[in-house]
Amino acid sequence: MIESFVAPFEFGFMQRALVGGVLVAAICALVGTYVVLRGQAFVGDALAHAAFPGVVIAYLLKGNIYLGATVFAVATALGIGLVSRRSRVSYDTAIGIMFAGAFALGVLLMSTIQGYTVDLFGFLFGNVLGISRRDLLLVGLLGALVVLTVVLLYKELLLLSFDPIVAEAMGYPVQALNYLLLGLMALTIVISIQAVGIILVVALLVTPSATASLLTERFFRMMLLGILLAVLAAVIGLYLSYYLNVASGAAIVLVSTCLFFLVLASRRLRIAAKPRA
Amino acid sequence: MEKKGGQYCLEVRELAAGYDGTPAIEGITFAIPPGQMVGVIGPNGAGKSTLFKAILGLIPRQQGEILLHDAPALDQRAMMGYLPQLEEINRAFPVSVEDVVMMGRYPRIGWCRRPRSHDDEAVRQALARVELLDHARTQIGRLSGGQQQRAFLARVLAQDPHLLLLDEPVSGVDTTTQHAIFALLEELRNSGKTVVVATHDLNCVVERFDQVLCLNRRVIAYGPPKEAFREDTLDQTYGHHLMIVQVGDRRVVVADEHHR
Repeated sequence: MIESFVAPFEFGFMQRALVGGVLVAAICALVGTYVVLRGQAFVGDALAHAAFPGVVIAYLLKGNIYLGATVFAVATALGIGLVSRRSRVSYDTAIGIMFAGAFALGVLLMSTIQGYTVDLFGFLFGNVLGISRRDLLLVGLLGALVVLTVVLLYKELLLLSFDPIVAEAMGYPVQALNYLLLGLMALTIVISIQAVGIILVVALLVTPSATASLLTERFFRMMLLGILLAVLAAVIGLYLSYYLNVASGAAIVLVSTCLFFLVLASRRLRIAAKPRA
Repeated sequence: MEKKGGQYCLEVRELAAGYDGTPAIEGITFAIPPGQMVGVIGPNGAGKSTLFKAILGLIPRQQGEILLHDAPALDQRAMMGYLPQLEEINRAFPVSVEDVVMMGRYPRIGWCRRPRSHDDEAVRQALARVELLDHARTQIGRLSGGQQQRAFLARVLAQDPHLLLLDEPVSGVDTTTQHAIFALLEELRNSGKTVVVATHDLNCVVERFDQVLCLNRRVIAYGPPKEAFREDTLDQTYGHHLMIVQVGDRRVVVADEHHR
């Protein structure tokens, strides 16, 4: 029994996958707390898709894929803000325009490469089992940057998320803080691409935090619970991926989805079972 | 020109503000000495909220000057406490009442720092003043409308500002709470705070406020209620919908129902 828990991690690639998966899941859930409470799931999905042309261009130029993804995700984050502020187009329409356009550019560029599309598909759907030492180092460094920012600006980001109008009235640079949060989202997405892929990253960003929001009414606890649930999903997902030989990113996401519905159902049951006072 | 240093808490000069070029309010000039309670009255759309937001820098100022203790107000926004007319919050947001009130302390605590014990104490005192101590750990969305309004007022109290800008703090609140809130505002005024309140309750303004600002896109009248409330100023502010009735030594403003 214990054997089957330990066995997978005798392989170096599985150890790296475990460390990488857990790190990525935890950071996604940390930032995801803000994404969920600010209702920005669509923004997260958009930033992820917008990173794709950056990946393809970096691949074409044999450059650093993470750098390419970062440039495009951050540029899109700024672009969404600009388009919606400078024109009559609404925020979510601006997102739709920007992210579909950017993603199409990525697909277009990808179609010019012959024979190498398999690697690029890896970035769309992720493969945490293929995570390298260098990848891990980068995930660790950028992840630490995200965590440090959240720790230092905990109060300010909480106020911004809860009541941006009063935050501005108190003199906080609300616009800059909004862009900072978008930047954190972009960074988080970039470091998640290898593990879960562009298409699925929004699930890691949103699902564990949403599950946590069903379990507590306190912000800090929601953050911790979200991280815990995300780590749990990453670990279970990895085992499933190993023993059932299925795609790792999809397995992690699906475990996370199952946890959400389990919590939702148990809450419903508890409410139904509670005698009415 | 003679320098009147420190004479006024808030001074607004020739203010015009609004979105998209057309000012919603213009030519606004008035000055409030410290320790006064000022009512801002006017019909819906007169620009009461716009005036508050312009003072706080929430909407673009097109013209004029706003000074807080003789210095630009926008440089010292933490000294102004604001209660919006409608708090557009996500009611499911996972914060307790005391968390919300603590947010009022944030500017004083400063960037990157944690609340300390005297901040906790300030929060407790603010909660006690609005009688919400029993609900300190309740999630904010579980409060009734009136309790929520008091919680947000407590946040302003915890901020300990020089100037309080309260946009219709008693709308949608039961009469008992209304009186409690006005009594609290009087206490604040007596302790030296400057309190500016947008309200529809003209009789309350007559009885409790030091000054009244009659607003309808511009300042129609500004002064002590007994002087500022005249048939002609009320006519200009509201159109012909209000009457002043003298009842004994009380002067009462009533809506002229035939015009509704």
